[in-house]
Amino acid sequence: MKGLKIIVLAKQVPDTRNVGKDAMKADGTVNRAALEAIFNPEDLNALEQALRVKDMVDGSTITILTMGPGRAAEVIREGLYRGADNGYLLTDRKFAGSDTLATSYAISQAIRKMKNFDIVFAGRQAIDGDTAQVGPQVAEKLGIPQVTYAEEVVEIKGKEVIIKRRLERGVELVSATRPVLITVHSSAPDCRPRNAKLVMKYKHARTLTEQQDASEDYLDLYQTRPYLKIDEWSTADIEVDDEALGLSGSPTKVKKIENVVFKAKESKVLSPSEIEIDELMRELIENHTIG
Amino acid sequence: MNNIFVYCEIEEAVIADVSLELLTKARSLANQLKCKLECVVLGSGLKDVEKQLFPYGVDVVHIGDDKRLSPYLTLPHSNILQHVLKEEKPQIVLFGATSLGRDLAPRIASALKVGLTADCTSLEIGSHSDKKTNTEYENLLYQIRPAFGGNIVATIINPDTRPQLATVREGVMKKEIFKDSYKGEVKTIDVAKYLNDADFVVKIIERHMENRKVNIKNAGIIVAGGYGVGSKANFKLLYDLADVLGAEVGGSRAAVDAGFVEHERQIGQTGVTVRPKLYIAVGISGQIQHRAGMADSAMVISVNTDRMAPINQIADYVIVGDAADVLPKMIKYYKKNSK
Repeated sequence: MKGLKIIVLAKQVPDTRNVGKDAMKADGTVNRAALEAIFNPEDLNALEQALRVKDMVDGSTITILTMGPGRAAEVIREGLYRGADNGYLLTDRKFAGSDTLATSYAISQAIRKMKNFDIVFAGRQAIDGDTAQVGPQVAEKLGIPQVTYAEEVVEIKGKEVIIKRRLERGVELVSATRPVLITVHSSAPDCRPRNAKLVMKYKHARTLTEQQDASEDYLDLYQTRPYLKIDEWSTADIEVDDEALGLSGSPTKVKKIENVVFKAKESKVLSPSEIEIDELMRELIENHTIG
Repeated sequence: MNNIFVYCEIEEAVIADVSLELLTKARSLANQLKCKLECVVLGSGLKDVEKQLFPYGVDVVHIGDDKRLSPYLTLPHSNILQHVLKEEKPQIVLFGATSLGRDLAPRIASALKVGLTADCTSLEIGSHSDKKTNTEYENLLYQIRPAFGGNIVATIINPDTRPQLATVREGVMKKEIFKDSYKGEVKTIDVAKYLNDADFVVKIIERHMENRKVNIKNAGIIVAGGYGVGSKANFKLLYDLADVLGAEVGGSRAAVDAGFVEHERQIGQTGVTVRPKLYIAVGISGQIQHRAGMADSAMVISVNTDRMAPINQIADYVIVGDAADVLPKMIKYYKKNSK
C-alpha cells in the first residue's frame, strides 16, 4: 500500500492543572503568558496513534499542524522529536480571540491548502477548554467523516480504517473510509518518548521568525539542512475570510467570569474517639439521615 | 417557530436520563420565554416513544424512525438534524454532554455556523448590552460552565447567531415530570429524503454496551473515597460502611486515576454530579473539581487526617482521623443500634 499522509492537530495549552490568580484577562480570555505551556495531553495520545499508523504502513508521513502564537512552534519540535516528519505553525494576530468555530475554520482552510491527506488525528479535547469541539467542527468543514473517542487504530485495510472507540458505557469497533478525522481519547496508549537521534536531528528546527532571532552560528544550518525549517503560515498563506476569524468570527462571547465559591459551612469538628463517633451516629439515626 | 429544541438520546427504546433532565430544564426555560418545547428523536422502532416524552411537557416530538438510524452514526443523525433545525428555526437547541452529544453538537454548530458551549452546568435566560455596538439583547441563553480546569465559572452567550447551542452533562439538571397528562403532537421526519449513501461511510462492526452497574447519581447516601484512602485494599472499608448503610461507593478523580476505584464511580466535574442526603467523604482533600460535583449534598461528613483539607469548609461534620480507625467505629455503632 502507498504511504499515508497523516496530519496531527496539536495544541499548545496552558497547564490548567496549576492555575494562579492572574490567569484570566479582563475580557475573559486566557492570559496564556502567566502559565506554563505544554503539549495538550490528548494530542500526544493522537500523535502516538499517528506514529503507529506510520509503523503499519511504510512510507507514511506525519505533519503536525498547530495554531497559536510563535512559541507554539515548540509543539512541532516536540512532535519531530517523537517521530513526526514536518510541521506547520498557523500564526497570525487575526486569529486572536477565536472560539472553536473560528478556530476550526482556520484549521480546515490550512488543511485544504495541504491538499491530499488520508487521516487527520486530533486529541479528543484540550485541557484549556475541555470542549471537544474543534475536531468534529473541522471534519464538518472539510466534508469528511469523523470518528471521535478513539482508543486505537486497529488496522488499515486499503481504503478502510478500523478503529476502536471508547464510549462512557462501552466500546465500538467501526470502519471508516479515508479520508477521515479521528479524535483520540486519553484511554489510548501514552505517546512514546522522545527519540535521542531525532532530538539531535531536529533540536535546531525553527520557524522563519525564530530563525531571524537565532544566533549567527546556526544560520548556515538552515541553508544546508532544509528539514530544519518549520513552515509558518499566516492568514495571507491560506484562503480565508478575515471576518470569519478571531473575535468577529466567533459567535460565542464570554459575558462574565467568576471565581468558584462554595458556601462555607460552619462545621463541627470531632475527634476519632468512640464517644464522639457514637454520638454522631446516634444523631444521624435519630434524625433519619441513615437507617 | 423560535422554540426550544432538545435532541433526545435513545438506547433500546428508552430515552436517556440526560435527555429527560434537559427536557425538564428546557420546559422551565420555555415557560420563561413563552415559547414551545420541542424535541427530536432519531432511531429505529420508535413506536409510542412520545409517551415517554409528553409528561416532561414536550409540545412537539419530531420522530425520525428508520433502521439505519440505530445505533447512532454521526453523519446520518447530523444531516437529518441540520435539516430539521434549518426548517424549524429554533432559538435554542440542547444536547447531552455525552460521548454522543459531544460528537453530534459540534458537527451541527460547524454546519450552521453558530456558537456552541460545551458541558454547561447551569442555563439561565438573561439580557446583555454590548457597549461597543450599543446593542441591547433580551432573552439570551446564559450558558454557564466551569472553565480552565474548573478554576473559574464562565457565562457564555451567543448574541447574534441562532440557534444557541449547548451541551449539558448528565446529572447536573434534575429530572422531573412536568405533568403526567400533558399531551403534545407528533411530527414525522421524512428520513429517506435526507439520507444518502455517503452518510454511511462509517460502519459499526461490533458494539458492546454495558448497562450501568452502579447508580451513584440517584443514591441517597454516598461513601466516597479519595487518594488519602491509600490503596484499593483500603477501599474495602468504604464498601463495608456502604453495605451497612445501604449506600453507594464513589471516588474522587485522584482515587480513580490511582486505580483504587472504577471510573464509573467518579464524582466531580469530569465524573458524575451527585446530591445525596448524606455524603461521607473519606480521605478526600476536595479540589474545586470534586466539590463542584457534590456541594449540593444535604449533609457532608468529612473523615480526614488533615484538619485543613478544603473539603472541610463545606462539611457539616469533620472527623479528624484515619479511615482505618473511624470507619470500623461507625460500622460497629450502626450495627448495634439500627433496627
